Amino acid sequence: MIGSIDPALLIASLMVASTPILLAALGELVVEKAGVLNLGVEGMMIGGAVVGFIAAATSGSVWLGFLAAILGGAGLALIFGVLTQVFLSNQVATGLALTLFGLGLASLLGQSWVGIKGPGVDRLDVPILSDLPGVGVALFRHDPIVYLSLALVVGVWLFLNRSRAGLVLRAVGESAEAAHALGYPVRAVRLAAIAFGGACAGLGGAYLSLVRVPQWTDGLTAGAGWIALAIVVFASWRPERALVGAYLFGGISVLQLNLQAAGADIPVELLSASPYLVTILVLVLISRRRERGGDAPADLAKPFHASA
Amino acid sequence: MKLKALLAATLLAAAPALAQDDPVKVGFVYVGPIGDGGWTYQHDQGRLAVEEHFGDAVETVYQESVPEGADAERVITQMALQGADIIFTTSFGYMDATNAVAAQFPDVKFEHATGYKREHPNVSTYDARFYEGRAVIGTIAGHLTETDQIGYIASFPIPEVIQGINSSFLHAQKVNPDVEMNVVWVYTWFDPAKEADAAKALIDQGVDVILQHTDSTAPQAAAAEANENGGRVFTFGQASDMAEFKPTPRVASIIDEWSPYYIERVQAVIDGTWEQAAHWGGMPEGEVVIGEITDAVPAEVKAEAEAMIEAITAGEYHPFTGPIDKADGSVWLEDGEVADDGALASMDFYVEGIDAEIPN
Repeated sequence: MIGSIDPALLIASLMVASTPILLAALGELVVEKAGVLNLGVEGMMIGGAVVGFIAAATSGSVWLGFLAAILGGAGLALIFGVLTQVFLSNQVATGLALTLFGLGLASLLGQSWVGIKGPGVDRLDVPILSDLPGVGVALFRHDPIVYLSLALVVGVWLFLNRSRAGLVLRAVGESAEAAHALGYPVRAVRLAAIAFGGACAGLGGAYLSLVRVPQWTDGLTAGAGWIALAIVVFASWRPERALVGAYLFGGISVLQLNLQAAGADIPVELLSASPYLVTILVLVLISRRRERGGDAPADLAKPFHASA
Repeated sequence: MKLKALLAATLLAAAPALAQDDPVKVGFVYVGPIGDGGWTYQHDQGRLAVEEHFGDAVETVYQESVPEGADAERVITQMALQGADIIFTTSFGYMDATNAVAAQFPDVKFEHATGYKREHPNVSTYDARFYEGRAVIGTIAGHLTETDQIGYIASFPIPEVIQGINSSFLHAQKVNPDVEMNVVWVYTWFDPAKEADAAKALIDQGVDVILQHTDSTAPQAAAAEANENGGRVFTFGQASDMAEFKPTPRVASIIDEWSPYYIERVQAVIDGTWEQAAHWGGMPEGEVVIGEITDAVPAEVKAEAEAMIEAITAGEYHPFTGPIDKADGSVWLEDGEVADDGALASMDFYVEGIDAEIPN
């Protein structure tokens, strides 16, 4: 009976399911590469989800919604940024507080938006490609955010590994003291990274409220931010592995539901646990190769104060 | 030791105060956010009804999104420490935590929803006969499906959920012998994204009626989206009316009405007449209510559903009336035999015709 799953539809829905986690993970990856640990991903995601939904429902434009979510996520992140970078508060505690704050704020803002219908997103319709049998439905009929998230993987990789600015950001994350001694603005770099992380998390959240679910419900993210955080670590701070992790997790989550719906003869307990098991297993295996580049940034979560 | 002494002191201090005109403090522990639009929302409506009914005589406190497990014990303890006189813990997974805390606070009354453990005299359980509502929507579902495939988004394999699956299936099958039940277990009460994914997976499999035993409105939204893209999918509101999805995909709903029970139990605490109980109300008590059946349902089907509601409310019809066989082929109920509450409360099998295994 497994044969009754349409692979094209499956691939299409796994891409949709993976996109929010991928966006949030990419943002957090850049933040951590700059030496900052922001545990507020869940809070920023849900903040973006509610702000994006309200903006889209008010204006009727889903793009204004995504824009608002990006700004909202970045705004929340900058609260964290100012507290940790300017006032040197503890990053772990501040990040957790940001999650609680984001959840509470979203609940408050979203009160009168429960059950309201938001505007839909137009799927891309590429001439010829979208009409290809199978592949067209699976790969070429998504909303633009899916492609944006994939482009972002390449962009982040290029930025970190092939650009001077990326080198500076990594230097700040590996040794803030050394970067500072060389004259790089450690605080500014970190603040920029934090804002980028927030923007990505916000966009990921809005993708949930505007495309994947699509509606506003209290507690909408239900832990997606924490999954994104875990994926950054298991992906050993590499964007291409974050892509693998997010697609594995999102993909298997959808696949196991489809297998259940198709009546596959596999124990449900195993299917339910499979997204976690497989994602961790695969990412641990690919990270096992001994490469220096895969390790955590040396100055991760260490506060920096230019005392000299 | 110190904590215990402090506790005792607090309780002693609180006890005489209680006898005077201090408001009775009523605590609620919720598994989801009050804005979930479903299960928790409905319990919170019950809390608000208590406030409105008693006015200044009560004070209510609540805690949302409390995970089932160790966290629950902490939250319930905290509420008891803060002087709650009666605490409603509103999810199955709080069962052990509720009983553990109850042992520590013999003067506080505990009410656990949908569980079966009452290990201490200060613990009651209460539940609603959701399966009565399931019988009605199962009937409607059996009529509405054209693909003969009904999808069921199930949370956890516990008796309450299995009753719902069996009751829906039996009544769908009664009006449509070809019907098949397609159950997807999501292992969560509340995760909108996952619930939406499950609904989409079912729709991709050709299901055209979706029943849910999870708390968010996400499956409704997923069905609405499928319908906008040319689909024909129907859903039912779960726990709450979910009226914003009327007239389609949501064509009817099962509403949990907790207010009468909450008011009754708080009144008992105020009067000092509270006693341990295992309460299980349904349609006759007004605790299980079917929300508006929309015009998307053909008139004769609607009439059939309404007749069933009437029969159940009057006590003339029990949804689990034999002959019913179990899925393994053995006889469960003889012709005309009615399931007793004990058998229902521990139900761990599918009835004949559901071709699947229940996970453990």
